[in-house]
Order: sequence, then C-alpha cells, then structure tokens
Amino acid sequence: MHYGFLTIYWRDMIRFLRFKTLLISSLIQPALWMAFFGIAMSANFDRLGASIPPIPGVPEVQYLTYMAAGVIAMTVLFTSLFGGIVLLFDKNWGLMREIMASPLPRDQIIFGIALSGMTKSFIQVIIVMVFGLLIGVTFFAGYSIGHTVVALLGIMLFVGMFSIGFLFFSAAISISMETPEGLQGIITLLTMPIFFASNALYPVEAFPPVLQAISTVNPLSQLVNGVRYFAIGDNFTTMGIHYVYTTAEILLSFTILVIFAVAMFGVAWWRFKKAVVT
Amino acid sequence: MSTSIIEVKDLEHQYGDFKAVDGISFTVGKGEIFSFLGPNGAGKSTAINVLITLLKLQKGEASIAGYDVRTEPEKVRESIGIVFQEVTLDRDMTAWEILEFHGRLYGMTRSDRKERIQEILELVKLEEKKDTFVKKLSGGMKRRLEIGRGLMTRPIVLFLDEPTIGLDPQTRMRMWDYIKAVNEEGTTIFLTTHYMDEADNLSDRISIIDHGKIIASGKPWELKNALGQDLIYLETSDNSKTRAIISDLVSVSGVTDKGKGILITTNDDGTKVLPLLIEEIRNSGISVITVNLKKPSMDDVFVHFTGRELRDDKPEKISIAFGRR
Repeated sequence: MHYGFLTIYWRDMIRFLRFKTLLISSLIQPALWMAFFGIAMSANFDRLGASIPPIPGVPEVQYLTYMAAGVIAMTVLFTSLFGGIVLLFDKNWGLMREIMASPLPRDQIIFGIALSGMTKSFIQVIIVMVFGLLIGVTFFAGYSIGHTVVALLGIMLFVGMFSIGFLFFSAAISISMETPEGLQGIITLLTMPIFFASNALYPVEAFPPVLQAISTVNPLSQLVNGVRYFAIGDNFTTMGIHYVYTTAEILLSFTILVIFAVAMFGVAWWRFKKAVVT
Repeated sequence: MSTSIIEVKDLEHQYGDFKAVDGISFTVGKGEIFSFLGPNGAGKSTAINVLITLLKLQKGEASIAGYDVRTEPEKVRESIGIVFQEVTLDRDMTAWEILEFHGRLYGMTRSDRKERIQEILELVKLEEKKDTFVKKLSGGMKRRLEIGRGLMTRPIVLFLDEPTIGLDPQTRMRMWDYIKAVNEEGTTIFLTTHYMDEADNLSDRISIIDHGKIIASGKPWELKNALGQDLIYLETSDNSKTRAIISDLVSVSGVTDKGKGILITTNDDGTKVLPLLIEEIRNSGISVITVNLKKPSMDDVFVHFTGRELRDDKPEKISIAFGRR
C-alpha cells in the first residue's frame, strides 16, 4: 500500500483552509438557494399540494425539506466538479512538474485529490445541513439518536461515493486541459443538464420520457435518492406525490454511483498516463 | 572523474516532424559541472526533460547514476534533483511547506525531513524566510528555494535548467556561488544555459548545442583556444584588400568578415601582432579606421562554431552586457 496520496491530500487541504473566501463562497451559494428559491417555491408548491388529500399514516414533508436534499447534492456536485482545478493551476503555474518528475505513482495524485475533495464535500454538507435545520428543514424528524447517526453515516456514504466519481472526472479534465477557461466552459456545460435533468429540485414523474430516462441514470438523482431516504425516510408525500423507497432501490442507486466512480477512475487513470508535463 | 554519472548515446527526440534533439552523445563525470550552452530552442530543455524522465526516451540510450532512463525511470527519479527553467512553486505555500511537500513526495521519513529542511534552509540562507509565503519572496530567494528543494533528497546529480534566467546581475553571481558550493559538497551538476558567461564561469566542461546537435565540446579554455590566442577587430578603408594582405602572415591563424570590418584570430600574443599588422596595412596605402584587441570570450567561441550570434534572446543580451565588467 502506497501512502503517497496523503502528501497530495495534505497539501490540498492546506490550500483549502488557507483560502477562507473560497470556503465561504461555496457555502453561501447553497444557503442562498435554500433561503430564496427554497422558501419562495415552498410557499407555492405547498399550496398546490394542499389541494390533494393526504394519505392516512404517511408523513407529509414540506417542499423546503424535499429540495434541501437537492441543494446538498448540488453543493457536492459543484465542489467535486471544481475539485480537480488545482491540478490545472499546478500544471500551468505550480507544482505539477515537480510532482510528475518525482517517484510518486500517478494514481496517487488522483487518489489524493479525490480524498481532499471528498473531505471538502463532507464539511460543506454538514454546514449546509445545519443551516437547513435552522431555517426549517425537517430532516431526521422523529428519529432517535441512534437512527440519526445511522442516517448521517448513510448520507455521508452516498456523498463520498458521488463526490469521488466527479472528482476523478474533474481530475481527468483538469490534467487534459490547457487553460482554466476551458475547464470552466466544460463544467458549466455539464452542470446544467446534470442539475436540471435530475430529481434535485422537483419530481421527475411529469418529465417527458427521454428526460425521465436521463434523470433515472443521472448520478445526481442517485445521490438525491440516498439523501432523501436517509434524511426524510422511505415513505412520505410531498406536493401530493407519494414517495416510497425500497431498500433495493437505494442499493441500486448506490451501485450506480459505484459504477460511475469506477468508470471515472478509469478515465482519470488513462488521462494521467497520457499526460506529459514539461 | 574516473566514473561517469551520466552517459548519453545517440539521443534523439522528435515533436511531430520536428527533430528537437538530433543524435547527441556525451558523458558527465562524477563531481563535474557540465553545461549545455546554446540559444533558446536549441534542444537543451528537451534533452534535459528526456533525462529527468518527464519526456519519454524515443531513440538512443541514456543512463544516470547507472540506471537506464528507459527501463528504470523510478530509480533515475530517486537519484536526481531538478531545478526547472520556470518557477515551479506554489505562491500560496510557505518556504517550509514547499520543502516539506517535496520531502514527503520523495518518501523521506519525518525525522529525515525535519533534519534536512533545517540543513537546506541554512545552505540557501533562507532560515529566516521559513514561514514566509512564496509570493512574498524575491526572485533570487525563489530560485534559492528551488535549488534547495532540488537538493532535499541528497541527489547524485542536480539538473539545473537555465538556473539564473530572469535574475539581476548581482543575484546571478550569488547563484553561481551557491551552485559551486553545492558542487564542492560532491553533487554532480548538469546545467543548461544560454548565457555565455555563465557556462564559462561555472563549468568544468561545456557542450555547445544548436539545432539539436552538439557542435563542440570541451573545457572552457580548450574551446576558447580553438580560436587562437587573441582576437583583433579592424575596420579599414579597404577591407577586402586588407584581408588579402594579412591572411598570409604567419602570426595570423584566420580572418573572417564581421560587421563593417574584419575579425582576425592570432597565433601569437595579440599585443605584439597588432603593430605589425597595422604597419603592413599602412604600407599598402590603406588607412586603419578602428582597432580592437581582446581575448576570445565564450561569445566568440559560439559565433565561431555556429557561424552566427545567439538568436532570439535580445532582452537577455542587454542584461548580460550590464552583468559583465
């Protein structure tokens, strides 16, 4: 077992903790989504949902709680997609030549970046959750302490697997691109469909078939499923729609995330093998 | 110098159709300072990048410290230190962090890192800047930090790619002192430069490289001696006639046109040859307008072997002119 990735991890975390503005701005965005979009839409959706009679015995959750899972997923998506950008900066102005000329195996660079990106995601998820709970998100309602701990671990498992996949992907593009603008372009291009063709903000049941199919395999939808399952429960209604998650469905979601991460590692490995930095 | 540390044979490297390195061979002995001297784009950096395993070895053979560059790149990496041409530092890390990162990257133990960082900071005189961010360091300090970093792992060979590029004259000379000190501690040094005075001052041996080929190799004085003892520059009222008159003289080893005049290389002490030359020229009814006598410099050596001045490096030339006295 090689521990070289810890060197990359150590250095990336130094930078993360040093640049407080980056940390803070990455937290403000999800907070704003919840505070503005969430509260505003909540008022609308909940009024619509009110016209549909509740199903006896099934808890009803507010839209704000429903979309909080989506906002958490979005935060992780953005952080992870940009997680590899340090590699690009290093390539153009920094330490990449030194790293590439050192005896450190290249897969260790990928692992190091993935691990630090994952750590950042965990920190953000916790902060976003705390903020959500403060403004009225009803996560973990009626849970015992033990149940809450298990739910938190489950959420982190999903967040970790999801973020690793996108970090591998981000590392792969970063090492292949020449300029930060190019990377930014690709990421912006990808975030739209990933974010909106998912169940992060609204139910996908009314989507046209093609969009529905995309959203069903979309890794972001899998993460949202996982977060909702653990934070809200396996049986609830929102906006008049009845959600039931079976264990099999959740396992399938997690499996899709694992497959995605493995595939993205393959892509990153291939790009790093081919990368020439002089 | 009995054992050679770097051995290169028929090395070639191509980018698409362009041959950046075109069949070079050389050896560097243990404890030597060896220089590649040549203009920008001559193939120096490409050659160095192949040797330090950043570029794949395409054709030819190369070994460093007994390890084959092609088949044992990991071993090569562990045996060398590198100072890159461009600054390769993270502006937002401290000097200490830069060294700590490097030590970890090369798998040094915690206690070894601690001890070595202290030694390195002392060597490159940055003890007081230990916790200063790289962005707050001067150009010379950054370079020193990079040289120190290159030495962290006690490499057998230190590669320096244009070590003083962009530094002011005083800092350059201080860099040379550091490089010499490092060499005296037993580290073999391979450096590339397009500064004539740098190659001349630092190197035990020089290879002049141009268009991917080595066109001359030797100790600095050997290269200069190839030009004869002294150089005399003359401008006369009739240069071509002057050439005809003096090229047969015993004390003249060669004559070439240069600018508005002619450049003469001598076999004998120039101060004695010059009066004779002027007398000969006057006797033929030609008047002498300008005279200049000097010892051959590396610049002259370069012009002699390549037939031209160093190309595309005009901004640096100005700083050389100021740097020399």
